[in-house]
Amino acid sequence: MRGLLWFSAFITVAILVLIVGYIFYKGFPLINFEFIFGDYSPTGGGGIWPMIVTTVYTIVISLVIATPIGILAAVYLQEYAKQGRLVRTIRFATESLTGIPSIIYGLFGAVFFVTTLKLGMSIIAASLTLTIIVLPVVIRTTEEALKTVPKAYREGSLALGTTKLQTLIKVILPSSMPGILSGIILSMGRIIGESAAIFLTAGTVAAMPASIFSSARTLTVHSYLVTQEAGDIQLAAAIGIVLIIIILILNFSATFISKKLNKADY
Amino acid sequence: MKQSEGTTKISVKDLDLFYGDKQALFNVSLDIQEKKVTALIGPSGCGKSTFLRTLNRMNDLIDGVKINGDIVIENEDIYKSNDVIKLRTKVGMVFQKPNLFPMSIYDNVAYGPRAQGIKSRKELNKIVEESLRGAAIWDEVKDRLKSSALGLSGGQQQRVCIARAIAMKPEVILMDEPTSALDPISTLKVEELIAQLKKDYTIVIVTHNMQQAARVSDKTAFFLSGEIIEYDVTNSVFSNPKDQRTEDYVTGRFG
Repeated sequence: MRGLLWFSAFITVAILVLIVGYIFYKGFPLINFEFIFGDYSPTGGGGIWPMIVTTVYTIVISLVIATPIGILAAVYLQEYAKQGRLVRTIRFATESLTGIPSIIYGLFGAVFFVTTLKLGMSIIAASLTLTIIVLPVVIRTTEEALKTVPKAYREGSLALGTTKLQTLIKVILPSSMPGILSGIILSMGRIIGESAAIFLTAGTVAAMPASIFSSARTLTVHSYLVTQEAGDIQLAAAIGIVLIIIILILNFSATFISKKLNKADY
Repeated sequence: MKQSEGTTKISVKDLDLFYGDKQALFNVSLDIQEKKVTALIGPSGCGKSTFLRTLNRMNDLIDGVKINGDIVIENEDIYKSNDVIKLRTKVGMVFQKPNLFPMSIYDNVAYGPRAQGIKSRKELNKIVEESLRGAAIWDEVKDRLKSSALGLSGGQQQRVCIARAIAMKPEVILMDEPTSALDPISTLKVEELIAQLKKDYTIVIVTHNMQQAARVSDKTAFFLSGEIIEYDVTNSVFSNPKDQRTEDYVTGRFG
């Protein structure tokens, strides 16, 4: 039995090492300053800076919209709403939303944001679509985080003559910060990993976006296209390395920011 | 018991309390004296904590609680007025388990005053020091005010909880089995503290520990199944109970 447990753990780690190792082995020789910071050249040899910029844009815009809405919605559901049929329905809806394949969101985004709202194929259309994709994630994780705050904190605070809102801001939200943050990090992963929905809403223009209303290409979409069209696995692997590094940087900075924000986090 | 009594601080009359359809308190009437310690004793589930929590309306947090009767604190019926915030600044509470927030000791004690809008650093420093001194814990924590309150021992935490309650300058302090999670030495310290606090505050304490009730309180109310069976000067309740059920309980025959 013990051997089986060990073997399962080994398989998991081995797969991770294998994938990351393979990507680094394939892609690392391509990585240099010019590759990362150079402008894209359609004739080959150029860099991926426009795609990095596009990726960062989509992450930032989606999170700036999804985080406050998601947290407020979760606070309402968990702290203020009367627990009943309506709240159960809303919860069921948010849970169902997490299970929908992203291509469906992409189709919706293409019809609604791109066409109906006349945003065109653009970073903003893609970011709004991504906002809808990650909103349920933010709501669920925030709700779970709020649930873990001990009842004793609430009672302790209210017994000191504070209002519900003061208790929420001073005690409950700071205590649930780590949980909320993990939701945001999960969302970032979801945004970075998304390609189908972005493909349909931001398009594939391989150039530095002039503004958030321009069509552009994210790293994942670029990675897909160079593999699909040019069969360049090596380039795709190099993009993979950059993606992994971006995720690491974002995770570390998110943890850092929350520590700064949350003095209660000892 | 009629003579040499102080002024009445809290007057409870014909109080019934329901959790949904289930009645938890039956026709409770009780006068609590100013600057005395009143102990509420009785077996588990007898309603003594529920009763305590009506005095600062903490039961409002539970869905489906219904209350009939009057609780008058200084000429004001607390269930007729809607200012729960004001009531809770006047009637502080210390809970069964220390429930300090995950903040520094200083921030914990300053929490209430800050929520009341006190911002001046000087004033807060003064309140924090006075409150910690009042709770007899200043000397133990004065060099580590900025470190996490959760690093203190359970007994110290409970005294900081008391300091946090004092910081609001309340008139009444409710204590819900404040020593049940503490070791004997810490319990002793809290009991000594209670003896000091009654000079300035009216204290109502729920306790499971009959020796504690006998040691710290001036008057004792014995609860059974949501009713007050006997309420008298602590000495008489313990040495000369009038009701057979009280006698059975205080002599340890049940409970």
